[in-house]
Order: sequence, then structure tokens, then C-alpha cells
Amino acid sequence: MAKANFETPALRPYPVIPILKPGAMKGDGPFVAKPQMQESLGYPGELIDNWQEVAIEKMGELLKKYRSLRVYLDACVKCGACTDKCHYMIGTHDPKNMPVARQDLLRQVYRRYFTWPGKLFPKLVGAKDLTKDVLDDWYNYYHQCSQCRRCSVFCPYGIDTADISMAAREILDCVGKGQKYCNEIIAKVYKIGNNLGLPEPALRNTLDGLEEDIKDETGIDVRLPLDVEGAEILVITPSADFFAEPHIDGLIGYAKVFHQARVSWTLSSQASEAANFGMFIGSYENMRRVALRIREAAIKLKVKRIIFGECGHAWRVAYSFLNTLAGPFDFLDQRYPIPQHICEFTHDLIQKGALKFDKSANDHRRVTFHDSCNVARASRMGNIPGGQFTIPREVIKACCNHFYDMPPDTIHDQTYCCGGGGGLLTDDLMELRVKGALPRMEALKEVVDNHGVTHMAAICAICKSQFSKVLPYYGFEMDQIISVHQLVSDALVLTEEVRPVSYQVCNSHIIRA
Amino acid sequence: MGSWTTIYALSFYTATLILILGLAYRIYQYATTPAPLKVPTMPAPLTTGGVVMRVLSEVILFRSLFRSNKWIWLFGMLFHAALWIVLARHLRYFIDPVWSWVVLVQPFGKYGSFVMLFGLLGLLVRRLFVQRIRYISSPSDYLMLILLLVIGVSGVMVSFVTHTDIVQFKAFMLSVMYFDFFNWQPIPTDKMLLVHLTSVILLMIIFPFSKLLHAPGVFFCPSRNQVDNAREKRHVAPWAVKQFETQAPAAD
Repeated sequence: MAKANFETPALRPYPVIPILKPGAMKGDGPFVAKPQMQESLGYPGELIDNWQEVAIEKMGELLKKYRSLRVYLDACVKCGACTDKCHYMIGTHDPKNMPVARQDLLRQVYRRYFTWPGKLFPKLVGAKDLTKDVLDDWYNYYHQCSQCRRCSVFCPYGIDTADISMAAREILDCVGKGQKYCNEIIAKVYKIGNNLGLPEPALRNTLDGLEEDIKDETGIDVRLPLDVEGAEILVITPSADFFAEPHIDGLIGYAKVFHQARVSWTLSSQASEAANFGMFIGSYENMRRVALRIREAAIKLKVKRIIFGECGHAWRVAYSFLNTLAGPFDFLDQRYPIPQHICEFTHDLIQKGALKFDKSANDHRRVTFHDSCNVARASRMGNIPGGQFTIPREVIKACCNHFYDMPPDTIHDQTYCCGGGGGLLTDDLMELRVKGALPRMEALKEVVDNHGVTHMAAICAICKSQFSKVLPYYGFEMDQIISVHQLVSDALVLTEEVRPVSYQVCNSHIIRA
Repeated sequence: MGSWTTIYALSFYTATLILILGLAYRIYQYATTPAPLKVPTMPAPLTTGGVVMRVLSEVILFRSLFRSNKWIWLFGMLFHAALWIVLARHLRYFIDPVWSWVVLVQPFGKYGSFVMLFGLLGLLVRRLFVQRIRYISSPSDYLMLILLLVIGVSGVMVSFVTHTDIVQFKAFMLSVMYFDFFNWQPIPTDKMLLVHLTSVILLMIIFPFSKLLHAPGVFFCPSRNQVDNAREKRHVAPWAVKQFETQAPAAD
């Protein structure tokens, strides 16, 4: 468990590589999942007696199933290129938060049981028996990785610590030591349909309330439909969008964009969650089961397109894995990307001049953009590589007069994680979350000081929740984090539905051959 | 005299066999293990041609390492580039008549060995004195650098200081290569040469069992060698199809 008291790191005038403090974050890790939750995911309820045997067997199975794992465990030359790249290492100074050292926790066991040198000369090659200490280290330090892939960008072989920590968590789950936060959420998704356990009536109530709010504020009937069969577009969004701040203002933004685009759309109570925590725990099976809800909802509601709301890891699973896990989507309209990101949708409309903005509505804000790690390094938007960087920025610039980027080594594919991704957005990891946010907070401070930036926009539910919580630790206000579609929402000029515009026409350039 | 020749000839056969079979097995293993998910580090190329360029930029220019750490890039680059030139120069001991480009490379190869040693020393010094790198180093990481340094230094000694009967050595090497079993030309027995050869043989044997697997591994890393086309083309591993989609038609 996290220590109750800790010191928020000081913002440094310029970043220097910290001196290591071995054991700085040693501990028992986050809360362990209860037996009931474990079992609903298909794992043993608690640490089994023959955990060592099962763990090694599982590792062998994963080595056969995942080329990434096998090559990554073999290829590292310990060059040290990644050692100063992890935000958790920078914030905590714990050497085991250096990406290579985190990988080594698994690699030492791999070498001991799966390679000749490790079997014959363990000391020489840094191989170790899988003892209870090692297992505890796995649990603790693989839950100090937000699977943000920043280290992978800098590795000469592209070794991705995210993949290794996913494998480690899968092994831990299989021996009965799962993490409470992730596994409870997945269990809730199975039972109710979303991470927050928000049932259908509550969801409908919330959406009705939002419709009234928009009507009061703008005088215009903007709909937030739920479970409408035959709608053209199914919108899958993180459940935080339904009630959390600043997420909800983003959801209002999507609704306004759909309203102006004159397209029929719907949310689904069955798939009322975009996030797929199956990825965090490295479980293909659970990830697939969670992803299949979306396919089922799309079929049931007879939609033609699927669009995802602002959610970072969800967009990774959607963009990179959805076709693999729940495809083929041959029943959807093949002229549109499957799935599409809400920013792509809004951007297309902007390109075609179909949206009118009053940019002065955002003049009280000076905005910067936080590239969410899994959008930046694990997915794409649009037709060209790097569209995930340009499209959200172009959307922001279309509705804001004042936009400033943070320093170049903290954005785009070098972006720093918010500190709460990858299944770590839980209060029992508060110390880690605050410390891990340090590099982003320093980058934000720079644009606040130099350009008077007042707000940081993001397109990820985890980023938004995490920053709301940690911004105050660093002397910022919690409401300085906002949704990109909140900016859209505030500047979009709404009109009553009078002339039908065919979205297919205005969106024609993305139609695929 | 004769026993040295026999020992080294047999050692060369053994080491070559281990190197080739070991590497072939590892490459087979990498190639046949499926990558069930699309996991390229983005932004990634949209075409196979683009992926080839991306992998080549990593293999030839160490692009990501350059973005990451200029010192490691510099020492690593000096070592690897010089190693290739030195290896090219060494071809003259294995072929007869010597190809003209190998003749041309000869002076660069001879002096390239110093560059190689400089790069290796740089890497060793970093490993010893940079706290973060020392923390992640095992004994084998130091020993690997030391082995390469021994190969380099003994090679330089043979070339520039102690000298050996290199014509005789080439005769030995060719007889080994042409499988003149137990009829090999005698090997020169200068100490430096034997140290050089012993350490090279050791390196060949260690290669398929060590982190030297980064050489084939770099071509197989899914984060670098996958095309970014997940939305357009369905990508499923055979085991996933078998496990979950036995009814559905296999795709990709």
C-alpha cells in the first residue's frame, strides 16, 4: 500500500537526470483483488500454493504466443538508453522504475528457467530463481508502469516495457495475485456494461439531464440518444464522460457536433464503456471479451459506423486491436474508418467547412495540448502517420485563438504520461501518481510561465481524472484540465435543424477505395 | 605443433556449427512465434516499403538511439561501424584470390581497429561510471565488452606489433575451409594470434546464447517491423483463431 504521507517533488528549473535512490518505491503495491473479482475474470481467487510452477508454465506459454515478449527478453543489450526516459523513474528516483530494470525483473526469471547460460551460470548473467521476493517485486513494480510506451520510442530495438508489464500482470493474475482496481473494473464491465457500474436507468437519467442543460443554455434541442436502434453511428465513450468533470463537457461537445452534422447517433447501455482494462492486465481473453460487447451492441442497434469518444487506452484498443479481437466488421459501412475517433469526425467536418465557430468564446483561455500516451504512441488518426498529433491540435486551433505547445521533447511521440494510465488511476497509488506527473507538470509550468497558458486540453478520460487530482499538488488549479471537445462545445455555433446536410457528402474525402 | 593445428581446426568447426545452428534456431523461433496484436510504436509507416526503411534506419543509423542518448549512440556507432570495416578486411584471410574491394578496404580496416577499440572503451567507461548503467549491468555485460576488447587488442598487436606468419595462417584457414581433415596446413603459434583466435571462437560460441541476439532480434521486434494498417487489414494470430474463432473463417 502507498505510504500515507509523501512529499510532492519540486518542479525543477530545468530537467536533470536524477540520482538513483534504491528502494525508494519498494512496497506491497496496490490493493490486491478480492477472490470473487478474480474468479469472475477466470483467475484463481488468491495466491495458489504452487504459484511458482504455474507462473513459470504461464511464462513459457506466453513466450510461445507473443513474439514481442520473446524478442524483447532476448534482445536487450543493457545500453542504458531508456534509463532516464520513464516519468516514474524521474519522479521517484527508484532504479527499478528504469524501464530496463523493470524489464529485468521478468528477464532474470526468463534467463534462469528458459536459457542455457541462466541455467548454468545464473550469477554471471543476472538470472534469478522465482522466489516470493521476486514475485512481490513483480507485483509492486509492474504496477508502477503505466504502459505508456515512452521507453519503447527510445530503445534501439523498440523494446516495449508496456508489453512486458502486461505479460507480468497476466502471470500474476494466473497465480491468483491480481490488482483490485483493474480486476474490479473488468468485473463491473461484465456485470453492468461500464467501468463505473452505471446501470441503464441511471445512464438514461443522466443523458436526459444533459439534454435539458444544453437546452437551457443554448435554447436548442441537442439530443443524447441511448439505445436507438437503426441510428447511423454508435458512439462508444469512456463512462467517466457521463458524470465526471471535465469529461462531461466533452460529451456535450460530441453531442453538439453530431447535432450540427445532422447525423443520427446513439450511445449503447450494453457497451457504455470505451475503456478496455483487459489490455492493462495483458489478458487477450479478457480484452477480447470486453471488445466483443462493442461488436454485439453494433449488431443489435443495426448501426453503420462506430465512433470512439476521448479515451486514450480505449483508442489504442479500438484503433489497433478492435479489428483483431472483434472483427471482421463487414456489416458496417466500409466507406468510413472502422472505428473512427471523435476528433477525426470533428476534424473532417471542420475541413469541409460544415462547422461554424465563434472562437472568441474561448478567448478567456490560453490553451496547450497534452498528447495522451496511448493515442500518441500506440494509435493513429487520419490518413497519415502522426495524424494523432496534428488532428486534435487542428481541432483546438479551429475553436481557440490562443494555442501554445509545450516543449518539443514532451509532446508528440515523446509525450510524458499523465502518471495515472495503465490501471494505476487508483487512490492507493496516489504517491506514485503524483510523482509520476512531475515531467508533465514541469512542461506545463514552462508554457504557463512563458505564454500565460491557462488550460491544458486532453483527449483521454484517465488523463483528465489524473490531472484533476494531481494539478493542485503542483500549485495549479484542478479545473485547468479540460476536454478538447469542451473547447469545441463552447465555440460551436449551434443552429436549429433546418437544412439537411448529408454527412456522407461533407465527409467524402475519407471514403476508402 | 601439430596438436595446435588440430585443436584450432576442430574448434573452428565446432564454433561455426554452434554459431550457425544456434542462430538459425533462434531466428526460426523468432520467425515462427506469432505476433497476435498490432503493436508498432507510432507513428509507424503505412506500407511494407516504409517498414523496410524504418528497420534499416534503426539497423544502419541507430535512429532511435540517436534520439535517446548521443554518447551511447556515438560509442555504439563507432564500435559497430568500425567492426564491419574490420570484418570486411578480414575476408582476405578466407578467400583466394582476394576480391579487389577487400584490397581497397585493407588500410581502413587496419586503422579502423583503433576506432573500434575507442568505441568499446567508451562503452565500458560508461558502464563503469554512469550510475544508472552500472545498476543494470551484470558480470556478463562487462565480460562481453572485455572479450571484444581482447579480440581488438590482440588483433591490433598481431597487425602492428608482434606480427605473425600471416601467409601461413591463411593457408591454415583455407585448408580448414576446404575440409582437408587432419591434413590441415599448420597454424602459426604466435601467442597473440592464438589469443586472438581463442577469443573469436569463444565469441562465436556465446553468440546464440547471449545478448548478442540483438543482432537478429532487431529485425523481429514487432514495435519496429509492423505496418500501421490495423483498421484496414485484419490481423489475427493462428492461436487466437484456433482458441476463439474455430467457427469463423480465418483471416489474414
